[in-house]
Amino acid sequence: MIEAHATTEDVHAHPALQHHFENMEQQREAGTLGMWVFLVTEIMFFGGMFLAYTLYRSLYPWAFASASNHLDITLGAVNTGVLILSSFTMAMAVYFTQIGKLRPQVWCLVLTLVLGLTFLGIKGVEYYDKYEDRLIPGYLIPSRPFGPAVQQEGQPFDEHKLHLLHGATVRQVEMFYWIYFAMTGMHALHMIIGAGLISFLIYFSLRGRYDPEYHSPVEVVGLYWHFVDIVWIFLFPLLYLLGRHLEHG
Amino acid sequence: MSEHIVPVRIYVTIFLALLLGTGLTVFAAFIDFDKHGFPSQFNTIVALTIAVAKGTLVVLYFMHVRYSSRLIWVIVASALFWMGILFALTFSDYLTRGWLSVGY
Repeated sequence: MIEAHATTEDVHAHPALQHHFENMEQQREAGTLGMWVFLVTEIMFFGGMFLAYTLYRSLYPWAFASASNHLDITLGAVNTGVLILSSFTMAMAVYFTQIGKLRPQVWCLVLTLVLGLTFLGIKGVEYYDKYEDRLIPGYLIPSRPFGPAVQQEGQPFDEHKLHLLHGATVRQVEMFYWIYFAMTGMHALHMIIGAGLISFLIYFSLRGRYDPEYHSPVEVVGLYWHFVDIVWIFLFPLLYLLGRHLEHG
Repeated sequence: MSEHIVPVRIYVTIFLALLLGTGLTVFAAFIDFDKHGFPSQFNTIVALTIAVAKGTLVVLYFMHVRYSSRLIWVIVASALFWMGILFALTFSDYLTRGWLSVGY
C-alpha cells in the first residue's frame, strides 16, 4: 500500500523535489523564506557597523569629512556602476532560468561573476593607494603603521597628503579608516563568497540542473547578491561623498 | 507555476533608475546646501534619501519582494524594525550624555 503510493508520486515528481515538501512551489517558497531570514541576520550584522560609523561621524564630523575626501571618488562611483550592472545581470540570470532559456542563463551568470571580480579588482587598487599613503589603520601592516603625511598651510597641493579640515586630528582620521576598512573589507568578503556561489551556479547550470520548475539556488544566490549590492549603495555615499561639498570651501 | 515572472522591461527600467540615482548622488555631493539656505546636514539627508530610494528599488524589483507573499514582507519589515531599535536605543544613550552635569 505504502509502496504503491510512493511510486505513483515518484512518476510525477521533479527529481529535485525533497521528500519533506509537498511540491516544487512549496519547496521554492520555503527556500526563499529561509534566505530572507538569513539576510535579516546579515542586515543586523552590517547594521552594527553602520551604527559605529554614525556614532563616530557624529563625534568627529570634520575628521570624517577630511578622511572621506581622500578616497578616490571616481573609482568609488565606477565601482557602484559595476555593482549595479552585476545586480542587473544577476536578475536577468534568474529571469532566463524562470523562462527556461539555459544558454543566456549561463552567460548572465558569467557576466555577473566577471563584474563582481572587476569590483574586487578596483577595490584592490584603492586599498593599494591607501597602503601607499600609509592610511591602513593601526599596525594592521606591521611594517607600515598608520601615519599619513599631512598637507601644511602654504605647501603646494599634494593629493597623497591628508588635507585636514577645521582642526581635525590624524588620530580621528585613523578612526574613519578603521571603520572604512572594516565595512568595505566585510563587504568585499561577502563579494568573494558571492563570487564562489556564482561559480557554483555556473558549474551546475552548464550541466542543465536548473529549469523553470527548479531554480531556487539561482533565485537564492540572486537575493544574496542583491543584498551585497544594497550594502554598497549605502556605503558609497556614506564613505566617499560625505565631505565633498567642503572640499573647496 | 504560480510564480510571478518580472518582465525584462521592468529590470531594465530599474537598472537605469539605479544608474541615474548614482549620478544624482555624486552630483548632489558637490553642492554645499548649507550655503544655499538649506537646513544643516542637508547633504547627508539628500545622500541618504537617494540611497534609501535605490535600496528600495532593488528590494522590491530585483529581489521580487513586491510580488512576494505577506510572510516575506513581514521578514523584511522585521529587519528594519530591529535596526530601528538598535539605533534608537544606542543614540538615546550617546546623544543625551551631556544633558545632565553630574560628575563621574
